[in-house]
Amino acid sequence: MGAWVAPVLLLVLAAVPPFTSSYVLSLVTQALIYAIVAMSLDLILGYTGLASLGHAAYFGLGAYAVGILTTRYGAGFWTTLLVGVLLAAAVAAVFGLVALRATGVYFLMITLALGMVAWGLAHRWVSLTQGDNGISGVPRPVLGFGLSLARAVPFYYFALIGFLLAFVFLRVVVRSPFGQALIGIRESESRMRTLGYHVWLHKYLGFVIAGAVGGFAGVLWACYQGFVSPGELELTTSVKILLMVALGGRGTLLGPALGALLIALLENLVSVYTHRWLLILGAVYIGTIVYAPEGILGAVRQWRMKGDRAWARG
Amino acid sequence: MEFWITGLFNGVSYGALLFLLAGGLSLIFGMMRIVNMTHGSYYLLGGYVALSVMWRGGPYVLGVVAAALVIACVGIAEWNAFLKRLGGQELGQVLTTMGFALIFQDMALVLWGGDPQTIKIPSIFVGTWHVGTLYFPVYRVFIVGVAATVAVALWLVLERTRLGAMMRATVDDPEMARGVGINVHRISMGVFAMGAGLAAVGGVVAGGFVGVYPGADFEILPFAFVVVIVGGMGSLKGAIIGSLMVGLLDNFGKALFPELSYFTLFAPMAAILAVRPTGLFGRA
Repeated sequence: MGAWVAPVLLLVLAAVPPFTSSYVLSLVTQALIYAIVAMSLDLILGYTGLASLGHAAYFGLGAYAVGILTTRYGAGFWTTLLVGVLLAAAVAAVFGLVALRATGVYFLMITLALGMVAWGLAHRWVSLTQGDNGISGVPRPVLGFGLSLARAVPFYYFALIGFLLAFVFLRVVVRSPFGQALIGIRESESRMRTLGYHVWLHKYLGFVIAGAVGGFAGVLWACYQGFVSPGELELTTSVKILLMVALGGRGTLLGPALGALLIALLENLVSVYTHRWLLILGAVYIGTIVYAPEGILGAVRQWRMKGDRAWARG
Repeated sequence: MEFWITGLFNGVSYGALLFLLAGGLSLIFGMMRIVNMTHGSYYLLGGYVALSVMWRGGPYVLGVVAAALVIACVGIAEWNAFLKRLGGQELGQVLTTMGFALIFQDMALVLWGGDPQTIKIPSIFVGTWHVGTLYFPVYRVFIVGVAATVAVALWLVLERTRLGAMMRATVDDPEMARGVGINVHRISMGVFAMGAGLAAVGGVVAGGFVGVYPGADFEILPFAFVVVIVGGMGSLKGAIIGSLMVGLLDNFGKALFPELSYFTLFAPMAAILAVRPTGLFGRA
């Protein structure tokens, strides 16, 4: 991926809002928040090689922290942000202890069971979460400095800053020696162990960081939607996040962001034109695995490598 | 006392229903290591197929048989066209089968509509048995009977026949099984079809008391998964004990701690997995 891609994208994202409708803007806002949670999952899926079926739990925890704290206790944004992220990290720290005892299919299944624990609480603990009715009336954040985020454009920039923070943070993580060790573990766990790395601790820290960033996305999501429901923690949400990562390209940060954008577009646009959007979404799931098993960026990379080789032969 | 006996009975009968799903799912897991998110759809579609048969005047039994056969064919088609190529790729399996689950969900909506339906149960199963002050719905006793019959039949096939020995060999070590001349491909396909068919039977049976409705597929799927992982993938004994545990925990959890009921179900499961990541009777 050329070095120019990220700055150009950023420029487009920053410059476009005043020229688009509020519908498109809210759609891209949604995509930016999805992108954060997708990138966080990719830290363990793409970089560490652990497929989790329970990542929606951290997203939901962040969202519920905002929903409960604002509507019941009138908490401010910074409090909810702190609690949401720390709660998600703490729960990931507990879940990680259980889940990381397994690998492969077993890891997948244990994360599924753990995700269901979180979903079950949201679904049934009615006195706290209001069950299936969800929590409505979550206010848009007030940041002080006389800024109002009630309107679409300011909130868009707010989400964009959140996205950039998460992107830069995760980029620093994956570029660091720690992140490189995660990639090493993905490629060969036994070799990393022989080299003297503490494999479990690396995985565990990666798992907790992913959970914390997932919680951050959930906090933004609750602010954006103004509504939190158990749907945020459902198994289908976890799988949807997996799809975003797989569709865009595992093991990159821009890939999951691209996947998140495409899924957000699909969800919103296709349902306008047809009632059969589940059918189309299902086809995208299958098509991704059949036609682009390494995701869109993976396919682009392969295509460019072929081009380079042809040029070298030329 | 009454509370405990009634609860025990309800838990066991729900466990029996879960076993119909989880028994096949567990063998599929054990043999092919395929994470099949479509298994809940087989359950849902099975109920709908039986409904269609019975709307046209077919008897209950014909509905059960038709559901099992049709869904077994759906399973074979899905497996042959996509899943058998995805061995060892968990992510690919999850996403592909999830895609199918969404497509089936939408197709069911088109073909059978969004209203909840009930499968009319044969008149001999209507009513309740009275034992002292206790009441046992006959239909729930019937479900336990069906599950017990399936469990015994599966056990006999697995442990007492040549086919069963070949199946166990395939679970234990597919490569060696292939080496001694077992057609692993055909055995796997057969097991996949059987698992799908059993899930469909479960859907028909469940349709008699909880009904058939959109969303039932994703409601039951996590339960079936939890049974399989707690019992141990590929273990029939594990599937039986796991089903009973989940059925009882679910039932008593809902009665005793309504607000925490799913927590009381899934948290002990997670705790078991923390101690034994491969489940109670599973081998790595």
